[in-house]
Amino acid sequence: MVLAWQIGILVFLTAAWEIAARVGLIDSFILSQPSRIWNTYVNMAQNDLLLHIGVTVYETLTGFLLGVVTGTILAVILWWSDFISKVSEPYLVVLNSLPKIALGPVIIILVGAGTEAIIFMALAISLIVTVLEMLNGFRSTDKEYIRMAATFGATKRQIFTKIVFPCNISTLFNSLKINIGLSLVGVIAGEFLVSKAGLGYLIVYGGQVFKLDLVMASVIILSVVAALMYEGVVLLQKLVMRWYGH
Amino acid sequence: MDVLIVKDIEENYQAENGEITALKNISFSMKKGEFISIVGPSGCGKSTLLSIIAGLLRPTSGEVLVNGEKVDGVSPHIGYMLQKDNLLAWRSIYKNVLFGLEIRGQMEPENIARAERLLKTYGLYEFRDKYPYQLSGGMRQRVALIRTLAVNPDILLLDEAFSALDYQTRLTVTDDVYGILKQEQITTLMVTHDIPESISMGDRVVILSQRPATIKEILEIDFEDDARTPLSCRNSPKFSKYFEHIWKELKSDE
Repeated sequence: MVLAWQIGILVFLTAAWEIAARVGLIDSFILSQPSRIWNTYVNMAQNDLLLHIGVTVYETLTGFLLGVVTGTILAVILWWSDFISKVSEPYLVVLNSLPKIALGPVIIILVGAGTEAIIFMALAISLIVTVLEMLNGFRSTDKEYIRMAATFGATKRQIFTKIVFPCNISTLFNSLKINIGLSLVGVIAGEFLVSKAGLGYLIVYGGQVFKLDLVMASVIILSVVAALMYEGVVLLQKLVMRWYGH
Repeated sequence: MDVLIVKDIEENYQAENGEITALKNISFSMKKGEFISIVGPSGCGKSTLLSIIAGLLRPTSGEVLVNGEKVDGVSPHIGYMLQKDNLLAWRSIYKNVLFGLEIRGQMEPENIARAERLLKTYGLYEFRDKYPYQLSGGMRQRVALIRTLAVNPDILLLDEAFSALDYQTRLTVTDDVYGILKQEQITTLMVTHDIPESISMGDRVVILSQRPATIKEILEIDFEDDARTPLSCRNSPKFSKYFEHIWKELKSDE
């Protein structure tokens, strides 16, 4: 029933859009229309559509994974050492509040205008968020569990590997879900600024030369790609949870 | 030989309004297989005393000797059971029971065999592949006890270990536990708020005073019945006498 409605709405909106354009209710030069978008896809498919999708996905996944891994390692260090944690606290607060996209131009100058800069932006965004989420998760681990382990004489390392980390697997996955979206934002923003390939590039290029079909087409593909990546994380979480035996 | 000697323990700590003495002049000893209950007013420092004996906390002065060795840091000879079972939700019952052995690096076959034997004795062996959320509170507490006993402690510390259970489960579990402890001859020190529980299980009852907690009295419990169990001894006329005695001692502090 729900599915029927969902499909129905999609069909209805697409049809309404097309009809509105043909009837002249909306200007299809500005807003495009489904039939023109379809033609664009056919055209793109013959001309590097997969390349552009590939570039964006590659940049996103790389930046995202690097950010999450590095972020988690940093969170472990901050959990382990009270001293380091206290010293870095104000810096983390500032870095977290700052919109990392604002660092875009700086990153480009530092790393050069290219794929590396874009990956770096995705990394910067997912890194800070990961550190703070994971650190919070580590710190809010049930103290009774830790006390129980202490009664057996557990070392800090054992407490981390056997209690704190297993407790925070779901925190990790929530962090992944947030970060995949944020990294994609960073990548698209980076591609807007400096790129010759990718979905963000297509969007900004299409906008500049008034090929709105291209813009719309790219936006739609981007939505699908974003959703797929998110679902990928959800699937991974299910697999890991099953393996862990929840 | 005395398995446990507690010598002149004093514990002070810093609070907002100066230094507070939690425990003072705490001394007593235990022989192998003995069961001692500790009762006292709320907040008098009973749990602090257990933490000191276990080696989790270093006392301001005094010492604790286990089998003649001074306790310095978490003692490998002591098993400490808390009020909450703290079974790890992501581990099966079997893996939970082995947790203590894992931490201590004692996963030898004979230790694992002991853990399995205890599971069987408690009728929990068939649940070994289940997860904590699938067990009742009483069962989980029994699993927690097996986890503690698996490391073969010389002395078992119970910190209100049954307080979180409902009344009936508590009676059943303590009866069960008493049987196992006496059979395995495990020297046990139990802190409890429940006076009848302290009498039903203890060979002796240590009565602590208000803070700064000192030992008001160590009461000998003798039902003249070698086969007594925590449930059966409640029928003895001596039971209510012991209860009144302890209750009076605790009240006289207020």
